[in-house]
Amino acid sequence: MQSQPRPKPEKAEKQINYNEVPASIRRRPYYIVLPGLIILIGIMIPFVTAITLSLTNFSFKIPVTKFVFLKNWINLFTNKDFYQALGVTLRYALFATGTQMLLGTCAALLLRKDNWFSRLLKVLFTFPLMVAPAIAVLVWQLMTSNTVGVLEDFLNLFGVYNFPWAASRQTAMFTAVLIDTWVNLPFVILLVLAGIQSLPKSPFEAAQVDGASSWFTFKTLTLPLLKPFMYIALLFRLMAALQEFGIIFALTKGGPGNTLMNLSLTGYLTGFTYQNIGKSMPYLLVLWMIVNISAKFIVKRQRRLTLEAAGKQ
Amino acid sequence: MKKLLSLTLCVAMILSMVVVSGQAEAAYDWKKHEGETIQVAFVEHTTATAIISKIKEFEELTGITVETSVTPEANYFDKVTAALSSKTGSIDLFMSGAYQLWDYSTAGYVEDLTSYLTDVAPDYDFEDLVQSAVAALRWDGVPGHSVGDGAQLGLPLCFELYSLAYNKRIFAEKGLTPPKTYDELLAVCEALKEWNGRDSYALAIRGARDWGTIHPGYMSTFANFGAKDFEIVDNKLVSRLDSAESIAMNEFWVKLIEVGGAPSWSKYTWYEAGADLGAGKAAMLFDADNNGITQNWIKDGVPASAEAGNIAWAVMPVAKEGDTPYSNYWTWAMAMNGNSDAKGAAWYFLQYFTNKEFASYASITEYNMDPIRTSVWEDPAFIEKMKQHEGYIDSFNATIDSTSILFTPQPEFFVTTTEWAATLQDIVSGQYASVEEGMKALTEKINEAVSYIDLSNY
Repeated sequence: MQSQPRPKPEKAEKQINYNEVPASIRRRPYYIVLPGLIILIGIMIPFVTAITLSLTNFSFKIPVTKFVFLKNWINLFTNKDFYQALGVTLRYALFATGTQMLLGTCAALLLRKDNWFSRLLKVLFTFPLMVAPAIAVLVWQLMTSNTVGVLEDFLNLFGVYNFPWAASRQTAMFTAVLIDTWVNLPFVILLVLAGIQSLPKSPFEAAQVDGASSWFTFKTLTLPLLKPFMYIALLFRLMAALQEFGIIFALTKGGPGNTLMNLSLTGYLTGFTYQNIGKSMPYLLVLWMIVNISAKFIVKRQRRLTLEAAGKQ
Repeated sequence: MKKLLSLTLCVAMILSMVVVSGQAEAAYDWKKHEGETIQVAFVEHTTATAIISKIKEFEELTGITVETSVTPEANYFDKVTAALSSKTGSIDLFMSGAYQLWDYSTAGYVEDLTSYLTDVAPDYDFEDLVQSAVAALRWDGVPGHSVGDGAQLGLPLCFELYSLAYNKRIFAEKGLTPPKTYDELLAVCEALKEWNGRDSYALAIRGARDWGTIHPGYMSTFANFGAKDFEIVDNKLVSRLDSAESIAMNEFWVKLIEVGGAPSWSKYTWYEAGADLGAGKAAMLFDADNNGITQNWIKDGVPASAEAGNIAWAVMPVAKEGDTPYSNYWTWAMAMNGNSDAKGAAWYFLQYFTNKEFASYASITEYNMDPIRTSVWEDPAFIEKMKQHEGYIDSFNATIDSTSILFTPQPEFFVTTTEWAATLQDIVSGQYASVEEGMKALTEKINEAVSYIDLSNY
C-alpha cells in the first residue's frame, strides 16, 4: 500500500524570533519545571545534610560541632557491629522479600478466577494493609505471648509449650518476617493479581487451541508476561525490607543480643538513644547506597522484561 | 456571758486566720508572671494525669497559660532531645529521669534550679521533699562523680525503689514465705516452677534490650553483691564489670532467669513483668515497688487484674539475712530547659506541682506513686489508702535510707547500659562459653565507649 503524501502547509512556517517573544512566555518552560526543581532540592537537602553530618562529631550531647572528616566512616568500617548489622539487613531483606514474593505470587494465581470466594478473599486480604506495622506488632506480641497468647494456646493443642517466638535467637528472625509477611503479603498479592488481570487473552487462547499443558502455558506465557509486574512488587518490598525498622524495633529492639540489629536500628540507636548523630549517619548512608543500587538494578531489569514481554527486544 | 465569750473567741479565731492567710498570700506574689505562656512536655504517666487535672487551678492562681503535650514513653525522649537540641526554648519544662539529665546537662540544656529554690512560697517546705530523691537529681557534671552534689537538675514528681512483690495467695497455698536471701530466692523459684500450669513461672524480671533491664532489680542486686560499674583510674573511667563480684552476681542472675524467669524473658519490659504478676502467670516480681501496685488496685470494687488484692510486698533479698538492702533509684522529675524564655513562669509551675498540697492530691486522691513528700507517706489518709497493698509501706521504710542512684554518672550511660542488656541476653542464650567471658567482652566494649572521657578536662 502506498502511503499518502503529507499535505504541504499552505503558508511557510513563520520563523520565530525569540527576542520578540514576551519575557513571560519565554520563562514559561522554567515555570513548568520549577515545582520539580523545588521537590528535588527538598529531597537533596536532607541527603546533603546527612553527608555533611557524617563528617562531623555532631551530637546532642556536645554543644560545639567540629569536622572530623572521615573518622566516623573509618570507625564504621572497622567496627564489628557494622558487619553484623549489614548481615542482618541483607538476611532479613532476602528472607522477607523471598517469602512474600513466593507466597504472594502463588496466592495471586489462585485468586485469578473471578468468583464470589476470590472476590471475598481479595477484600479480606486488604485488611492487614490498613494496619500500621507498629500496631500489627503489638497485636502479634499479644498473640505470641507465652502467657496470654492465642497462638500459644493453639500450639499447646499439639503439645508445644512456651514456643520462644521473638525471645530466642533461633526464632526471632522468623517471627519478625512472619509479622512483616502478614502486613505486606496483600500488597504483593494485589499487585501481581492486577498484573494477571491485565495480561492479553489471545496468547492464552492460542495455547489452549494448540493443546498446551497448564504447566507449559504457565512457564512459557504466564510467568514471562507477569515478570514485569512481579519486579515492581519486588522493588517495593525489597526496598522496604532493607530499611525495616518499625516491626523489629517494636518487637525486640534488635534483640536478643544483636540478632535483629540491622542498619536502620543501629543507625537510630546510635543517633537518637546514644545521641550521636555524626556516628549514626554513615550507617544510614550505607543503607541508602544498598537500597539505591538494588533499586536501580531491579528497575533496569524490569524495563528490559517489559520490552521483552511486549516483543520489542 | 459564756455565749458572748465563745462568740468573741470564734470571731477572734476567724479574724486571725484571715489575717494570717492574707499575710501568706501577700508574702508570695503568684501573679508575678501573669500573662506569660509556658510549654510543658509530659510522658504518658499517672503523674502527668494528676498534674494535667490541676492545670486550670494553676492558671487561675497565676494567670500563666500552660500548653501541654503528652507523648508515650517509647518516643518521648526522642522528642524532648530534638526540642532541647534546637535551643529554641520550644519547651520550657519537661519530664525526665536522672540518667537522661546527665546527657542533657552535659550539653548545657538544663537550667540549674539551685537559685530558684530560694524563691518559694512560704508554705513550700523544701525539707519535706524526700531528700534522697532530690539528691538523686543533683550532679556536678563530672563523669565518675556520684550524684548528690552540684547543680539541681530537676525536682522529683514521683520515684520508685526496688522490692519484691509476690502473690500472697499462692505463697499461702504452697506454704512459702517471702525469700530474704539469694539462696532462699532460688529455692522459692524452684518450688514455684510451673505453679499454675506450663505457661506460669516463678519470678518476673525485665530482660528487653535496653537500659530499663539493668536499672531495677538487676542493678540493686549488682550493688548488693559489692560490684561497681566504674572506677576512676588515672583520670579515666574504667569499667569494673569484669570484677569477681560482678561475675558472681551475673552468674546468680543467669541462674535466676533459668530457674524462675519467663520463657520470653528477653522481651520483658516493666509492663510485661507487672502484667504477668497481675495475670497470675508469675508468682513474684522483682521490680519497681509501684509496678505491682498498678496490678493490685481494687477501685470501686473493680479489680485492676486477676490477682488484684493478692499481691504483697517484701524487702528485696540480700546475700545474708540482716544485710542492708541497697536499692537503685528511678525518679520521674521535672526539669527546666536552659534555653527557656519564660523561666520565671516555668519555675512557678514546677514549684506549684511539687508543693505539699499537690503532692497530697496526686498520691491520695489520684494514683501517683511513690509520693515525693514525707508528709504524704505519714498522712493517715495515705496509709489507709495503701492498706490494701500489704507490706508496701513497710518495705519502703526498710529500703528508702539505703536507696540512691547506684550507677556512676557519665555521659555514655545509654550506650553502656544498652550494651550491658544485650550482653546479658547473649549470656543467657549461651552465646558465650561462660559468664566471665561475656562480662570481659562487655567490659572491653564499655571501656572503648568511654575512652574519650578525660577527667583532667573537668
